[in-house]
Amino acid sequence: MANYNLKVNGKVYNVNSDDDVPLLWVLRDELNLVGTKYGCGIGLCGTCTVHINGIATRSCLLPASRLEGSEITTIEGLETDKLHPVQEAWKELDVPQCGYCQTGQIMTATSFLKQNPNPNKDEIRNAMNGNLCRCASYNRIEKAVALAAKKMS
Amino acid sequence: MENQNKLTFSRRNFIRTSALASGGLLIGFNFFNSCKDAVKPPVDISKLNFNDFNAFIKIADNGYVTIFSPNPEIGQGVKTSMPMIIAEELDVPWSHVSVEQGALDTKNFVRQVAGGSQSIRFGWDALRQTGATAKQMLVNAAAVKWGVEASTCSAKDGIIINASGEKLGYGDVVNEAAQLEIPENVTLKSPRDYKIIGKDAINVDMDKIITGKPLFGSDYVVDGMLYATVLRPPAFGQVLESFDASEAKALSGVVDVITIGEKARNYLNQDNFDPSSHWTVRLSESDKVVVLAKTTWDAIKGKKAIKAVWKDSFNEESSDVHDEVLNDLLNGNKFDTRRSDGNVKQAFANADKVIERVYESPFLPHTCMEPMNFFADITAEKVHLVGPIQTPEAAAKVVASLLNRKLDDIHIDMTRMGGGFGRRLYGDFVYEVAEIADKVKQPVKLISTREDDMATGVYRPAIKYKIAASIKDGEITGYHLKEAAVNSNMYGLIPNFFPAGAIENYQVDTANFQSKITTGAWRAPYTNFLGFAEQSFFDELADAVGKDPVQLRLDLLKNVKDGEDKSIEYSAKRMTDTIKLAAEKGNWGNPGRNKYQGFAAYYSHNTHVAEVVEISLDNSRPVIEKVTVAVDCGIVINPTGAKNQIEGGVLDGIGHAMYGDFNFKNGKPQNLNFDSYRLISIKDTPIVETFFVENDLSPTGLGEPGLPPAGGALANAIKAATDQILLKQPFIKSLKNRKTDLSV
Repeated sequence: MANYNLKVNGKVYNVNSDDDVPLLWVLRDELNLVGTKYGCGIGLCGTCTVHINGIATRSCLLPASRLEGSEITTIEGLETDKLHPVQEAWKELDVPQCGYCQTGQIMTATSFLKQNPNPNKDEIRNAMNGNLCRCASYNRIEKAVALAAKKMS
Repeated sequence: MENQNKLTFSRRNFIRTSALASGGLLIGFNFFNSCKDAVKPPVDISKLNFNDFNAFIKIADNGYVTIFSPNPEIGQGVKTSMPMIIAEELDVPWSHVSVEQGALDTKNFVRQVAGGSQSIRFGWDALRQTGATAKQMLVNAAAVKWGVEASTCSAKDGIIINASGEKLGYGDVVNEAAQLEIPENVTLKSPRDYKIIGKDAINVDMDKIITGKPLFGSDYVVDGMLYATVLRPPAFGQVLESFDASEAKALSGVVDVITIGEKARNYLNQDNFDPSSHWTVRLSESDKVVVLAKTTWDAIKGKKAIKAVWKDSFNEESSDVHDEVLNDLLNGNKFDTRRSDGNVKQAFANADKVIERVYESPFLPHTCMEPMNFFADITAEKVHLVGPIQTPEAAAKVVASLLNRKLDDIHIDMTRMGGGFGRRLYGDFVYEVAEIADKVKQPVKLISTREDDMATGVYRPAIKYKIAASIKDGEITGYHLKEAAVNSNMYGLIPNFFPAGAIENYQVDTANFQSKITTGAWRAPYTNFLGFAEQSFFDELADAVGKDPVQLRLDLLKNVKDGEDKSIEYSAKRMTDTIKLAAEKGNWGNPGRNKYQGFAAYYSHNTHVAEVVEISLDNSRPVIEKVTVAVDCGIVINPTGAKNQIEGGVLDGIGHAMYGDFNFKNGKPQNLNFDSYRLISIKDTPIVETFFVENDLSPTGLGEPGLPPAGGALANAIKAATDQILLKQPFIKSLKNRKTDLSV
């Protein structure tokens, strides 16, 4: 068992858990932050994407006990009181179908746009390629990332 | 065909009203029209009482409207589009409408099924009449208040106006309306007056989805709930012999380890068990080991720590064995004939030329992004079930029977579903959690890992088609399609799809191999692979008769007189118009420089679709650039949602034709996660442009019909570019060989 502090969305939580529990399950089961989803458990689908120190990271493989001192941001902490420009773009273009993967898509997109505020189509597709969408809402995802970039510039 | 399912019913019997204590009006109506094709309304509607209504409209005294939508939402958009139809006829601004998922229990909610792209098709009449009746009630109430004839009043945008120009809002008359008789013979709007239907409406759950609010079954928790993982036989056909749970029980988060299976066996073995009720297909004879734990991770770890011995022990079902048995079936004579016109044998005997091809496909899993899960809390008073299921009514019936409870005890709350694609038609995980919760007397959530989900699927079966055509004097005189499928695939109406009716001598035969592997509906059931096979074959037929592929289809459709043969499912006129629209918008015959085109057209799920795929070559590797789609689905309710569905279906068809590959070894699934099972990703995604044939015909569904033609149009484009004829899915396997060939 490990006892550690996790800083999630600006708030510090004291967590007791097994050493090996991935961040995903601490977020969902312990902190009740269920916007981060499980999809594959092996870091290949992107539905569990969160930001660790601003960088899009898969939370399904990463033991939470190793993240003391890191700034963790989930979809719930992306913005408070209003929508993030990426979320606005997602809404404007009616991107989701079933919606399950979309929080992970949005977390990847927001981190990417911080690194590349003015991406072209190929750069967007490269950045988003690790996030699967079984409904294949991919063309709207690409357009929404481009629209968000415009909104943020 | 348009009105064959139109039901006539008295408004008096299908709507009830009630004044709300909090002020406002509640209108209940029955949503039975969302039932499947050719199914009669489940109850005698003249005997309905208020409890039988499964959908409600609440009009508050400020005029704002809440619609409680009863149909399951799997991403197909009906939670948005169905309320749009009500709001249109009720004539309220869409911005004044909010939509809630109906709080569901099986006593009050009947015929809730998401499947077969039928929700909109069957809801169309009932939803319009409900909206129009509610509007007339409000107008009548205002007329009483003013002391004028209702016929001198009208309403629009939530405001009622009389001949002298006085106005009342809907909210001003709701209490009066609740006291009045329900009007008969209301007038429906003409499509040209539509203000909501045909305009883009954003998904009603949008804000919750993009901010990560709890919406899905996997997000549902209650205090004191246990998480359950289920260890099932790793190979189909195996049963549990023994297990050792000592290591699992030693884990601090594991609460208990139990077995289930007895109730499922009793259910399967009961005298009146109906094997044709195929929603029950996933129940296995084996006991299963259940780990009950405090958290998801504890439950996953606990399951890994179980040491189980499985009895089988010989299961010969491997992919190469399936290959062999299906080939034997295709070459044998154990067929059932599903449709036979003219004399195929004679046509082939008299032919100048016969073309024959065999098309092959693997099994496919559904891979919903949200793995199967369900919650159950069972007490002496009630059975409370919560989660994502496409068939709540069937699930409730099975659970009642499994647990020997009254159907009235079973309450199912439906959550949004993280994808369905057919998988959530089958309630195996609901039955399992019911058996678990009944045993532990504590709230339990059954969860699945990706591996659980892919190993215990209800797969699209492996299928092979042998298609042959006879050509005489440059005309196609005969067409003979043989299907060999694991378990079962083609059924009833599908042999009546194109080219039935267009070729004089036509025959469809099917043969099956009974497997222990569970198979079932998968997006565009029964035609998802058939569409590819036939549409690829037509491309070769066009070459053989020296015609352009589009022209060949248009010429064949000229042989069909709509309405003459009632068994024919598609409309030749609608298919012709759809093909022409796709050819025009896709610039058929004029690909860009170094671009190659492929064409396909297919009717399924009551909707006509035609597609032009355009590709280029990058070092002999096909790059799919663009898909132009034409669709005749009648009136388009919500264009943004409709385009989402078509685009999703097209990309699903392309993705699985290119990459979908699922194998078995000795009955054991071999592709259990995304490291060995490839889905289409954003980099593989072509542009998709969708165009709708404009007409005023009743709307049909969109979740599925975009899929079947996509693989064929792609294969035909690859054929145009490289001369390679793709007969086997996934294409990626044979394309690799092709690349090697070219590099020699």
